[in-house]
Amino acid sequence: MTVLQSPVRPPLAATPPRRRPFSLGTPFTYLAAVVVIGITVIPLLFTMLGGFRTNAQINAHPAGVPHPWVFGNYSEVLSSGIFWRAMFDSALIAVTATLLVLVFGSMAGYALSRYDFKGREAIYTLFTVGLLFPISAAALPLYLLLRQFGLLEHLLGVALPEAAFSLPVTIVILRPFMRAIPGEIEDAAVVDGSSRLGFFWRILLPLSRPALTTVGVLAFVTSWNQYLLPLLVFSDPNNFTLPLAVASFQSQYTQDTARILAYTASSMLPALGLFIFAERHIVGGLTGSIKG
Amino acid sequence: MTTTDSTGRVATPATTVRTRAGRAPARPARRRTSIAKRLELLLLLAPAMIMFIGFVLAPIAAAVYYGFYKWTGFSPRVPFGFGNYKRALHDTVFLHGLGHNLIIAVLSVALQLPLSIAIALLLNRRIPGRAVLRLVVFAPYVLSEAITAVVWLLMLQPDGLVDHSLRAIGLGSLVQQWLANTHIVLYTLFIVITWKYIGFGVILLLAGLQNVPVELHEAAAIDGASSWQVTRRIVLPLLGPTIRIWIFLSIIGSLQLFDLVWIMTGGGPANASDTMATYLLEHGFTSYQFGYGSAVAVILFLVCFAFALLYQRFALRRDTEGALTRIVG
Repeated sequence: MTVLQSPVRPPLAATPPRRRPFSLGTPFTYLAAVVVIGITVIPLLFTMLGGFRTNAQINAHPAGVPHPWVFGNYSEVLSSGIFWRAMFDSALIAVTATLLVLVFGSMAGYALSRYDFKGREAIYTLFTVGLLFPISAAALPLYLLLRQFGLLEHLLGVALPEAAFSLPVTIVILRPFMRAIPGEIEDAAVVDGSSRLGFFWRILLPLSRPALTTVGVLAFVTSWNQYLLPLLVFSDPNNFTLPLAVASFQSQYTQDTARILAYTASSMLPALGLFIFAERHIVGGLTGSIKG
Repeated sequence: MTTTDSTGRVATPATTVRTRAGRAPARPARRRTSIAKRLELLLLLAPAMIMFIGFVLAPIAAAVYYGFYKWTGFSPRVPFGFGNYKRALHDTVFLHGLGHNLIIAVLSVALQLPLSIAIALLLNRRIPGRAVLRLVVFAPYVLSEAITAVVWLLMLQPDGLVDHSLRAIGLGSLVQQWLANTHIVLYTLFIVITWKYIGFGVILLLAGLQNVPVELHEAAAIDGASSWQVTRRIVLPLLGPTIRIWIFLSIIGSLQLFDLVWIMTGGGPANASDTMATYLLEHGFTSYQFGYGSAVAVILFLVCFAFALLYQRFALRRDTEGALTRIVG
């Protein structure tokens, strides 16, 4: 997320790589693939299946499958208010942070990509320096600041800083994208009587949709997984986001492994679902914004 | 009204638009557009700037300021000079924490990088089911560190899944007190970090591999190069930029490590898995030493910043024209 790639592809990639023929690979390849998959998937399966077992089953055979299947753990989790409240809080904060970043980031991206003014590069540089600021270094003074503003225990106390910390990567991705949109389109819009802001709203934003989607998905996932900031801002369990809720549930029910597994598996599903749905954007965003 | 020259694509026609709307331009068009432009710029830039300065730059600046005071958050601030910094740099717990960050960083580069490259090369072969394989390998990356921590905490319980599996494949002698042994805990955490983040490196490298032209493979094959030689002499050098970026992100991530450690061990046992960030939270937040915590935050920030500058200067400079290289010069 540090170094942007110029929209012009490097010359090596100018010709699209030709597809190599399917090879069956060596047995070693398959063995390696199976090991990699196994190590990746087993913890996920252990969590999801463990939720369908009793503690006695898990203690006797940690690696076993549910026998018989127990649905009590999941039904208890899914009918508990605190789980859904955490899910709702997480979603609300992530949506708020994403919207803030999209609206303000695209406005700034427009100004920094298509306006000519003194100090433009300086402002852009300022934003890019923000890529180096870890939220963990800012967390303590941020907490003091939010306390001053009365934003503790408030969703904006988490969403605003998250959006602010997502701005640098957003602008770094959006600026070259918006800059690459041909000037002829702008000319045509102006000839048709559009103002600069009208051009931004009616033409540039719709054309920037791929980049906006990528940026939005990245901001959403970052916010959804954020742990440290909500940890500082929320002390009332009723306000907990999912990562906080999972961690506190774990320390609360240390002995009830099956229930923790059901709780953790339930809170995994939204992220995994979003991932399968938006994999292209997440991967594209990460590789596109980083590739040198 | 359509006679606009291609250079003044905004200014000139804007006036034309007004004329068409029936309002004669009372003043010279240029000044008016200039004021309008300034207002637009203000409107477009102000929200992002305010948010960025308020929630990113101001806290960092505040940390620098508070770092020079003795302050518990409720009592009045007492100027303390460099006292907080001296205290941190003489506290072996903090220095060990920094050391743990560095160990994780070195291990990441030494072990995760070769592993990522191997998996990426594997997934780059056209074996059946490749798309699913990629999806699976990348999946842990989208889970939060909190979820990852809880899952592994349960798997690593004494007599839990990991211990059972090791015994089942005849490696029972390897079974350890994974999180309770001060000599092992850091490496246990490293394995969990590897599980979560390996997919990220793989995805980056796969994207880099897409840019290696097939022609080079073919040319090398015609010249009689073995597949190991092709990998070693052609593919890896071409992956250079991707690898250097990955190393950068991986080390920065290692220096900021927090969530996973905080949930799995809280920095323990006996500070054996403390990182700079967990130390910061323990001292700055949990025990309300805001002045001291701020100084630690500044040190954490400076370590990251110094590394980033040096790395950009000496490693990344030649292969990127990115935003950061421009800052560094």
